[in-house]
Amino acid sequence: MTLWFVFALMTVAAIFAVLWPLGRSARVQNQGSEVVVYKDQLTEIERDLASGLIAAPEAAAARVEISRRLLAAASSETVSEPTSSLKWRRTAAVLALVGLPLVAIGVYMPLGSPRLQDFPLAQRERGSGSGMARSLENLVVQVEQHLEKNPADGRGWNVLAPVLQRLGRFDDAVRAYRNSLTYNGESPERRSDLGEAISAAAGGVVTAEAKTEFERAHALDADDPKANYFLGLAAEQDGRKDEAATIWRALLAKAPADAPWRPLVQSSLARVGGGTMPALSDETIAASKDMSEGDRGAMVRGMVERLATRLKQNGDDVEGWLRLVRAYLVMGDRDKAVGASSDARQAVAKDGERLRQLNEGLKTLGLDG
Amino acid sequence: MIAESGHYALVLALGLALIQSIVPLIGARLRDDALMNVARSTALAQLLFVGASFVALVMLHVNSDFSVANVYENSHSMKPLLYKITGVWGNHEGSMLLWVSILALFGGLVAAFGNNLPLSLRAHVLAVQAWIASAFYLFILVTSNPFLRIASPPIEGRDLNPVLQDIGLAVHPPMLYLGYVGFSISFSFAIAALMEGRIDAAWARWVRPWTLVAWIFLTLGIAMGSYWAYYELGWGGWWFWDPVENASLMPWLAGTALLHSALVMEKRNALKVWTILLSILTFSLSLLGTFLVRSGVITSVHAFATDPTRGVFILLILCLFIGGSLSLFAGRATSLKQGGLFAPISREGALVLNNLLLTVACAVVLFGTLYPLAMEMLADFKMSVGAPFYNLTFAPLFTLLLLAVPFGPMLAWKRGDLLGVTQRLLAAGVAGLVVVAIVWAWTRGGSALAPLAIGLGVFVIAGAVTDLVERTGLVRLPFATVLHRTRGLPRSAWGSALAHAGLGVALIGIVCETTWNSEYIATMKQSDVAHVAGYDVKLDGLFQRQGPNYREMIAEFNVSRDGEALSVMTPSKRSFTTRGSSTTEAALLTRGASQLYISLGDANAEGAIAVRIYHKPLVLLIWWGPVLMAFGGVLSLSDRRLRVGAPKPARAKQRLQPAE
Repeated sequence: MTLWFVFALMTVAAIFAVLWPLGRSARVQNQGSEVVVYKDQLTEIERDLASGLIAAPEAAAARVEISRRLLAAASSETVSEPTSSLKWRRTAAVLALVGLPLVAIGVYMPLGSPRLQDFPLAQRERGSGSGMARSLENLVVQVEQHLEKNPADGRGWNVLAPVLQRLGRFDDAVRAYRNSLTYNGESPERRSDLGEAISAAAGGVVTAEAKTEFERAHALDADDPKANYFLGLAAEQDGRKDEAATIWRALLAKAPADAPWRPLVQSSLARVGGGTMPALSDETIAASKDMSEGDRGAMVRGMVERLATRLKQNGDDVEGWLRLVRAYLVMGDRDKAVGASSDARQAVAKDGERLRQLNEGLKTLGLDG
Repeated sequence: MIAESGHYALVLALGLALIQSIVPLIGARLRDDALMNVARSTALAQLLFVGASFVALVMLHVNSDFSVANVYENSHSMKPLLYKITGVWGNHEGSMLLWVSILALFGGLVAAFGNNLPLSLRAHVLAVQAWIASAFYLFILVTSNPFLRIASPPIEGRDLNPVLQDIGLAVHPPMLYLGYVGFSISFSFAIAALMEGRIDAAWARWVRPWTLVAWIFLTLGIAMGSYWAYYELGWGGWWFWDPVENASLMPWLAGTALLHSALVMEKRNALKVWTILLSILTFSLSLLGTFLVRSGVITSVHAFATDPTRGVFILLILCLFIGGSLSLFAGRATSLKQGGLFAPISREGALVLNNLLLTVACAVVLFGTLYPLAMEMLADFKMSVGAPFYNLTFAPLFTLLLLAVPFGPMLAWKRGDLLGVTQRLLAAGVAGLVVVAIVWAWTRGGSALAPLAIGLGVFVIAGAVTDLVERTGLVRLPFATVLHRTRGLPRSAWGSALAHAGLGVALIGIVCETTWNSEYIATMKQSDVAHVAGYDVKLDGLFQRQGPNYREMIAEFNVSRDGEALSVMTPSKRSFTTRGSSTTEAALLTRGASQLYISLGDANAEGAIAVRIYHKPLVLLIWWGPVLMAFGGVLSLSDRRLRVGAPKPARAKQRLQPAE
């Protein structure tokens, strides 16, 4: 309510600014004219002459010139009677009284958000979460802020890292796991988690860097399941399928019967052709069928995000950009699609051929440059 | 409530500007004083509301209210207070709000102090101001509204671009905008004169000080921006001829021309039509600059094409105002009363030459700025126009201009005596030649042109001194008379001499810096010593430090010369986590007007770091020059007297008069 009261006061002040001169009776004002200026100039010449800045003949010439202009100005100056047109004054008053509020409200209403309260930092820190989205992102930001100030807090990094991993911020997750290792000390789990984050950042490829981490974890604990699984995956990606099968078979042999990762390893084993088990256990198929709409959406979003991160590092890939734009369009996020296409243009701007390809691709997607 | 009140204040300012653009014009047509006076009160009220709106945005930034999109996108709760405030104009929306605030400020000043203007002229001027203001209020509200809200506010902002978190940014944009927008006043006066169909003497009396104010701020703003680029970007370069810089240089060139022609108009009642045209062109170039910088057309023509709302809107404003004013000029200019006559060789003639050279130089810069854009747009071909182009075109024009500068102030009004002036400038010329010879003998290296250019700079400075000596009659007259004349010498004469000398000072700085700067680029390890221009620079070590919103790597260098320790320099590299980017903070050691400059590159794993060390002789003169020019401007501005140019009497008459 106070807000509308303030608005009303401001509007009244604005209207008053227009009405005030209209209401005042016309009085003769001290206004400048040509004649005044020329008279001032004549006194100026006398002053220059007195201080010796100009010589007498020059002063005389200037005086003649200005006097000539003064005469011309005086004769052409019509003494204009100040008129007062009541009709127009009334119109102006109506314009202010009606038009001004109308324009103000008409422009403000569609743009402004009168119902939103201010939300300064001070209020936020008092912890009043009203209207505040206490989303996961905000919690992450808070933890990150805390760690920015206390970078040696190992527990904080331990908590943050898996969350970042789940949010798809793999590069940050890598950093967090590294810090966790630095401040919490070595452990096979942390090493293999770090390796997982590195390979996730690389789009699922177990890079040499990631492999080193898994090998370290393996050295610390030969039975660490995650390290073993990924070392197998590394072998598979290198084309050594037999070796992968050996590693995974050994892993399954030692695994407890109720390990949640059993189906995953079994299906991997089946993929490299070393398994006698069915490709997918019945439970897994059932699980993926039961996957809720939200989970599947999250999976898709994670993939798109990974693609975006990769393109940010290496923007030469025209196909990749087009795939990203298409994905955003499918997800119904047109703003992001437009943003991505302009990022893409900037990334390939140096290469005329690629730019042409990109522009054609975008055209077919209906995002006309 | 602050956010919404600020938003509403801006809307009210738009409403007031709309009234101000119509009612006073009707009043002027009807000769109704009350209607004309509406312009005054609405202009003041507009200033009040826009000011309130701007203050509201500043408060939102200071309070870190992230429910406002603009604050969320450009601020961070841990940013130091100063940068929270300067961040207001460190982004597009906020800087446009600053732009209109300054516009309203100038309008308010005309309203408050315009008592000695004819009433109808004032009404017209303020109405034109209101047209400009309305267009830009609409632009802000529709396409770049700083008060848009976020319903569920995020907890932390995205921080300001780290490069802009610097004291230079606190000062540079407001200065530049005061300059840009200041020229709107002379534009409004020009349009008002065209609409009224007459330019009277009061017109010129008013336009000169306003132009001077704008010019002072623009000069300081450009110098400030150049110095900021010099120390913040880490390359030691101070002028890159990039479109953003050119956008500020063009109004400066045109504005300098306008300043001089307005002077002729005030003093001699001549060059009226040309002054009007220059007023229009200067402000048009300011608008063009705003368009180039604000539409994003420079970063990439294609990016501009993908999000064209802003660019198209400004382009529309640009076409409306430039096209409208020029057609009005074409239609009405012939009906304006022509002013006084003068001989080709006279002070007026010299100022016409000055105007000619400045406008051609301005056209060259305009071409160099727009040509690459046109090529990219039409031929899809990216190119850049850089220093080589300007060295071939801009430099010769300015050389000519500088050669002519000392002659101008010494010629008499109406008809001058070139030979006499040349004789009187002989001393200055000799001084220049002597310096050329000394520099030549001393250096024997570098470009052959450098000593000549330095000689030119000395000639300009000595010319300014000669002018003062002539006016006070030093040497020639008895001491008491000299004292009397010095006291009587208007401050404007001192001002113009200082401004002209500033040109020479800047030129000397530019030449010395570009010809004799020495650089050392290498990877240094701890205790490594670099030898640059006689200085020994030893890397003592690298340290880490935590800043308020960044982490900083500092390198400590011990600087000594001939075994004598001078100072410790600590350049650093700051990395800002929120934006994931980093800045280099160069360390500067000033010795006289020369500087030693160290900036850091990347560190490698073995603790070695890439280092760039420059020695820049007399580099500070580049900025002292403009500061001197601006100071000259301030002196001239403080001189409230009318300017009268006494003409030199015709020769026949002169013979009858006794010699001085």
